[in-house]
Amino acid sequence: MLPKVKNESDHNQQPVMTPKQKEPKKPKPSKFMKGLKQWMQVFPFLFLGLTGASVFVIYPLIKGIVMSFQDYNIMPGAESPFVGLENYAKAFSDPAFRYAVRNTFLNTVVTVPINWFLGLFFAVLINIQFVKYKITFRTLYYLPIITSWIVVAFLFRYLFADGDNGLINYLLVQVGIIEEPISWLQNQWTAMIVIWLFHIWKTVGWTVVIYLAALQGIPKELYEAASIDGANGLKAFRFVTIPMLGPITAFVIINLVMGAFNIFPQVYFITNGGPMGQTEVLQSMIYKQAFNNFNFGYSSALGVMMGLTIFLITLTQQKKLGKQRFM
Amino acid sequence: MKGNIFAKIIVYAFLILGLVVFITPFIYMVMTTFIGDAYSLPRPNEVFTAVPNLDNYETVWNKNNFFRYFMNSLLVAGVATVGSVFLGALTAYSFVRFTFPGKELLFRVFLFTMMIPLVLAIVPQFTVIKNLGLVNTYWGLWLLYIGGGVVGSTFFLRGFFETVPKELEESILMDGGGNWTIFRRIYLPLSKPALGTMAIFAFSGTWDEYFVALTIIKDEAMRTLPIALMMFQGKYASNWSWIFAASIIAILPVIIIYIVFQKKFVQSGHTDGAVKG
Repeated sequence: MLPKVKNESDHNQQPVMTPKQKEPKKPKPSKFMKGLKQWMQVFPFLFLGLTGASVFVIYPLIKGIVMSFQDYNIMPGAESPFVGLENYAKAFSDPAFRYAVRNTFLNTVVTVPINWFLGLFFAVLINIQFVKYKITFRTLYYLPIITSWIVVAFLFRYLFADGDNGLINYLLVQVGIIEEPISWLQNQWTAMIVIWLFHIWKTVGWTVVIYLAALQGIPKELYEAASIDGANGLKAFRFVTIPMLGPITAFVIINLVMGAFNIFPQVYFITNGGPMGQTEVLQSMIYKQAFNNFNFGYSSALGVMMGLTIFLITLTQQKKLGKQRFM
Repeated sequence: MKGNIFAKIIVYAFLILGLVVFITPFIYMVMTTFIGDAYSLPRPNEVFTAVPNLDNYETVWNKNNFFRYFMNSLLVAGVATVGSVFLGALTAYSFVRFTFPGKELLFRVFLFTMMIPLVLAIVPQFTVIKNLGLVNTYWGLWLLYIGGGVVGSTFFLRGFFETVPKELEESILMDGGGNWTIFRRIYLPLSKPALGTMAIFAFSGTWDEYFVALTIIKDEAMRTLPIALMMFQGKYASNWSWIFAASIIAILPVIIIYIVFQKKFVQSGHTDGAVKG
């Protein structure tokens, strides 16, 4: 026997699945009652996720915005007076903030084009018909992505170690590109180069994998048609591959920009902002202001400004995501 | 024909050059772990001629409670993975199969939080955990990992759940099954590759997680591997053989899981939508 209640609820589910039966047989229930019923159905499935997201994502984000206007004190019972825009004003007179903004932008401007180009380049090469061991190449290129940030940071500090014994110095001296070993992490700009290389090396595999999937998704018929029209090799690439990769390229670039903007472990574990805060970036500054200096209000203000910037940069992509169907 | 061979050589040359750049550091790291008594930076020649042995791994494994931290991480990441996949599947199912008032708004709020750097939320997240009295407990970590990750996992799984054919549900409905049965008997089994991929993301993400674990866990015996690694590095700053032996032990589980399952990997739902434009 079927339990009657269940049967009924399933019946009410129907309008969702098949729009044809939208009108219920009973006289129109009030909109409120209908909504309530729908919520009662979805509630057992939704409430855990909703609670989790509300308590650990949405509330903290709102709270973070509020804190940015406060001289926040984490001690229980202590007062956290509102100070208006003071935290924001402070940032603009803070030289550390200027470094952090500059370095975050520089990291984006330098690494995104290189990352994008290398990712596309290797994906296209791996995807060429005659290339064998495609999966092996893909797996090995992806290896840095799945390796822990901390371990890769150790590795880069080791490879770029000062003196003759650092592998990079050793190789560069052997080849004759430099005469003296470089103290990579002791100087602002060489340290920045190490951070950029680290970022590119660690993340380019993602771009390769995404483009490879996109390339494999291009219908073979398009290439066949192009070849009938006399377009082969480079021409097919120009007139078939590039247009077909358009949408995914927007997705890749937005993600690369967000990734580069969110640079954090790259700096925190390699230079920790040094020498003298000159390689600091926004996220490492936000983290340290909060947990090393306990300036929670200031830290939040920096976070809000960064969040707003990312929000504006990614606005186009959001519109696209927002257009997605819900059903 | 001649041009063709020439093209092949160039393509392979670039591919192998790329491989060298990506893989050499790993090889150099592994070679370094074979050196005994590396109390200062080893010379590249020493590294290249090191004889493979596991002495350093044995030393590290038995040193500084490393085994204990390994098990701690396994527990933390294991529970967080199961919890994330379960919660993500449940929430994605709610969005895909049900209509309810406010769904669109909720969806947009979820979407919005994905655009905001979570570093903004880390302090309030900490105060929430503190108010719940869960500082220095794994429950605090699990709640943050699972609850904080629910939005991302929902979006990831939602893309796959949408491809589940609706006709399949009808047979369950005819057999008298309800929403739970549909979830258990259709959505979960049909999305196994996506759930598996999601599980691997969740596992490697929590296995490597450093900053949240550092703020929540105070007790030395409860530390996870990434924190232990940083401490270990601080303690034996110049003994690179030990540091890398410890590092390799720490990254091995994730690498093994990845290599075993990578053929079954599925791309994230985002790309799916983006490709179709």
